[in-house]
Amino acid sequence: MTSSAAKHRIVRVASGQGFWGDWLDAPRRQVEGGPVDYLMLDYLAEVTMSILQKQKERDPSMGYARDFIGAMESVLPAVVERGVRVVANAGGVNPLACARAVLDVARERGAAGKLTIGIVTGDDLLPRLDELITSGHPLANMETGEPLDTVRDRVLSANAYLGSTPIVDALARGAHVVVTGRSTDTALTMAPLRHEFGWAADDWDRLAAGIIAGHIIECGAQCSGGNCLYDWRNVPDLANVGYPIVEGQSDGSFVITKHPETGGWINVPSVTEQLVYEMGDPRSYITPDVVADFTSIRLAPDGENRVRVFGITGRPATDKLKVSIAYRAGFKAIGSLVYAWPDALEKAQLADRVLRERLDAMGLRFDQLLTEFVGVSAAHGPLTVATGEAPEVQWRVGVRSSDRKAVERFTREIAPLVLNGPPTVTGFAGGRPKVEEIVAYWPALVDKTVVRPHVEMLA
Amino acid sequence: MKVRLVDVAHARSGDKGDTANVGVIALRPEWYPIIAESLTMERVASHFAGVIDGGVERFELPNLNALNFLLHGALDGGGTLSLKTDAQGKVFSTAMLRMVLDVDDARGRALALPAAPV
Repeated sequence: MTSSAAKHRIVRVASGQGFWGDWLDAPRRQVEGGPVDYLMLDYLAEVTMSILQKQKERDPSMGYARDFIGAMESVLPAVVERGVRVVANAGGVNPLACARAVLDVARERGAAGKLTIGIVTGDDLLPRLDELITSGHPLANMETGEPLDTVRDRVLSANAYLGSTPIVDALARGAHVVVTGRSTDTALTMAPLRHEFGWAADDWDRLAAGIIAGHIIECGAQCSGGNCLYDWRNVPDLANVGYPIVEGQSDGSFVITKHPETGGWINVPSVTEQLVYEMGDPRSYITPDVVADFTSIRLAPDGENRVRVFGITGRPATDKLKVSIAYRAGFKAIGSLVYAWPDALEKAQLADRVLRERLDAMGLRFDQLLTEFVGVSAAHGPLTVATGEAPEVQWRVGVRSSDRKAVERFTREIAPLVLNGPPTVTGFAGGRPKVEEIVAYWPALVDKTVVRPHVEMLA
Repeated sequence: MKVRLVDVAHARSGDKGDTANVGVIALRPEWYPIIAESLTMERVASHFAGVIDGGVERFELPNLNALNFLLHGALDGGGTLSLKTDAQGKVFSTAMLRMVLDVDDARGRALALPAAPV
């Protein structure tokens, strides 16, 4: 390749899943709708790891995002026949079992021996927690400063967020599919770009560009017309929404686009909305690979459904990794009833007073008892401006307590109000509210030097 | 003149723990300075008084014609702890857009700002 051709070479990374539960059809649409080189699938939200940990405790062959196996089945022809490579954090707390399940599907589909899977592990710190704490890593809560000791006996999972390096390693070793545990969402996009263009581990500006490309597409259609507040009425054909694709270049600049003949839109406002999503200090978007500066981003229209992104700068990475810890934090239950016109809100308010009086009389104590009036003020609370009488109101009340019995008792107090509370009430067909154990999130930092990412190849 | 923020900006919000973030983006680049001047930390804190328990942080992104706000103590503990319908702060975006700005008449006319309906 001439140097000019290399300079203009484009690598396409498509987003096919913004969270576990996203559109099942999106991965297939991304590999069939036009040319892509990589398919990126993000499955892990903050507390997903703890759910997977519980599943693995019950069955040692579980503990990964099951949806991924169906997704792989739907894109297998593209992977095997056209060389589209897949990068996904679907491995959860059991990347090896996940990889084996993918190979099983490949075998069933007659693609045995045609698939090499790279498995990234080393993020799981649960077996090492006590060793880490005693050797001077308190894993203090980033929000409250409390040491992990406070909740140590209730910890369910603990995973360091790994960066792009082990994924790049797996790609360099020829993986068609890379399955990781807790990798950062953004690394799933940045790693393929870094691998293809050979960006150095201290090429801060390009690494930052790759991370920001990842941030833009990691929530799937949320940058291509989904959940788009800007001119939302005119977003075309959401039923057929196109998920985003990064067209990366070696200099770190890239274009956000989508396949032709798909719905939604990609324009400067839609991309900007996604850029500010879940943003902290824009000058310091901290990742294991680089600290990206969102105030350096330049956006420009580049034709229909194309936005060019350039000018991005980054700074050296820190010497820490973020750790996502999940712990048992008591119980909760949420119940609701619907009150109809006339005077719907007043009736719901009376029901709420009656319930609270009964809970008080029983001496039940809760850490939190929260009432919302859906249809009136659940979304914006006291900021809501009343615009006439509500035709109907959903009364929604929740409790939280470390005392499971108190929460259970609460769940028995909603239905009786249908017959012994205020009138014109409905919406109780769902039965008693369910008691849920709360698995809460404990964000912490740990020295990079103590985490040892590992790459294994499975064929 | 009075200008409704919802007529001059769009927004998106999300969560990090018990903190909601709200990004506010000017609908036209020339309106960004008005929005940046009007949405001070104090103004926003007073707008959300009684809605959030913690403080407000404010960041500027003139390159995107946008501001970013962090509203602490906004989500009843956040994540799985929260009992709120909006446990993840998804609709704080339009809660912010309920703000009404006071703009000098001549400047508002020069920038073709839409006046709030009386």
